[in-house]
Amino acid sequence: MQTKSHINFDPAFRWLTLAGGLAILFLVGSICYTLIIGAMPALKKFGIGFLFSQSWDPAFKEFGALSSVYGTLVSTAIGMLIAVPLSLVIALFLVELAPPAVSRLVGGAIELLAAIPSIIYGMWGLFVFAPFLADHVQPWLTSVAPGLPLFQGPPIGIGMLAAGIILALMVLPFITSVTRDVFQMVPEVVKESAYGMGSTTWEVTRKVTLPYGIQGVVGACFLGLGRAIGETMAVTFVIGNRHEISASLFAAGNSIASTLANEFTEASDDLYLAALIELGLVLFGITLVIQFIARWWLRRTARKLGAVR
Amino acid sequence: MMQTATATLPHRPQVRPLPVSSVKTESQVHAGQIKIATRGLNFYYADQQALFDNELEIAANQVTAIIGPSGCGKSTHLRTYNRIFELYRGQRVSGEVLLDGQNILDGDCDVLELRRKIGMIFQKPTPFPMSVFDNIAYGLKQHYHINRSELRDRVETALQQAALWDEVKDKLNHPGTALSGGQQQRLCIARAIAIEPEILLMDEPTSAVDPIATARIEELIDTLKKRYTIVIVTHNMQQAARISDYTAFFYQGRIVEFGATDKIFTNPDNQQTEDYITGRFG
Repeated sequence: MQTKSHINFDPAFRWLTLAGGLAILFLVGSICYTLIIGAMPALKKFGIGFLFSQSWDPAFKEFGALSSVYGTLVSTAIGMLIAVPLSLVIALFLVELAPPAVSRLVGGAIELLAAIPSIIYGMWGLFVFAPFLADHVQPWLTSVAPGLPLFQGPPIGIGMLAAGIILALMVLPFITSVTRDVFQMVPEVVKESAYGMGSTTWEVTRKVTLPYGIQGVVGACFLGLGRAIGETMAVTFVIGNRHEISASLFAAGNSIASTLANEFTEASDDLYLAALIELGLVLFGITLVIQFIARWWLRRTARKLGAVR
Repeated sequence: MMQTATATLPHRPQVRPLPVSSVKTESQVHAGQIKIATRGLNFYYADQQALFDNELEIAANQVTAIIGPSGCGKSTHLRTYNRIFELYRGQRVSGEVLLDGQNILDGDCDVLELRRKIGMIFQKPTPFPMSVFDNIAYGLKQHYHINRSELRDRVETALQQAALWDEVKDKLNHPGTALSGGQQQRLCIARAIAIEPEILLMDEPTSAVDPIATARIEELIDTLKKRYTIVIVTHNMQQAARISDYTAFFYQGRIVEFGATDKIFTNPDNQQTEDYITGRFG
């Protein structure tokens, strides 16, 4: 038999992959650089005060990021508060409890939910969900807790709560499908040994399945958080777009992304544009900080629980 | 994917107070009494029958080994004793498994209490994703009202009984997964005996650990049988001969021969048994 001569592609392959990796670094670096350059006029004019000023008045060239940052954080927080527990419950149901047919059906529906474009969520939020909030939810909440500033305001439906709930619906499928995969990876023999000790499904889930997959679950949550914090279209539809901070969940507000979407075309002068770009820079910074927190937290839990993978 | 039959799991009864003494005295031990008996036990994976009319009697405070070639139903048989097979859809059983004369396959059997009484050790060590201490405390906290100091005592006792205490007493806060394979397996044994079971089911407990760890676990089994009834599935015939008092030889889902280990290994009645233990097949 004749031996086959090899052409060794390994060096070329190594260079190719290295180039791919470096491209990512270059991309992140250049986005950051572009944002800083673009924001420079605003950075020079307002300094650190940009972050703490609530006024946003293009006519008087007064720009402050506070209401946008506040709106971004609050709407995302509401969204995550709803989405994370709900996703966990759904994922656990799909993996641990649901009969296979139901699991497949619900799993498919969730993936379908993920495939809906965000503009559809926005339209549905504006035309269907916001009126529902205005007609039913807000009147009920104000009657239950009259005088509570959290629920005050004109019953128009759109506002912080509507944005948060829409965000929850949008990130739910992502968190659910990743956590489902994570729970499926918990070895059956580990679960068996927990059941074998006379544990209930709840105990096995809380003490074994969840801790076993906690890294993946947290990863999934941050994936969802990353999506929610920058979500533009749907939020712009339902948040109300007003540069003001209000204690009420039903008050109109804005987020960084919604401000950018609304005002980029209107930015008539350089400072206005620079202020908007600086808003983008702030959003970039926020996601960066969240990433760092996520990594730190993951390292900590990994140490505590032992590297299970 | 794991499917659990939650609907069939009854709610846990009231968590009971801890018994006064966890250690049975020798006088309470009635070696040789029938602890578990199976009567006409059949088992099915969906339409595939895996066990055929198994009749077996497990003597209290003895080690009973189940041997046989791969796929002969050893583990399947063992997994009926604590009804762990119920976690999976399509697995069915018929016949009786009598624990102290009570059929545990009855619908009104309290599965959670059954599994407290019957601990199980698996082929691979299965430490939970928590500290060494919490691994042992897990079952104790679930099954008993217990205060912190008592919990510490019980954890220490269990680890000592599993001959692991000296190796881990300074690492109680370390993750259970950080221990060596052999230590992890003894951790699982400690975890099982912490909740005061009466029976330990061991499904090839040494197949994933090295020879030294195997020797330690075999030694441990010999001391544990004073307090517990032990059923061990093994593919290692020397192991069965070394540690067991009784041996059952399974072949294709049937119990071919069952008797005192000495007899099975020196003078079996059945030709198939003889062929298997002399290494002619399997």
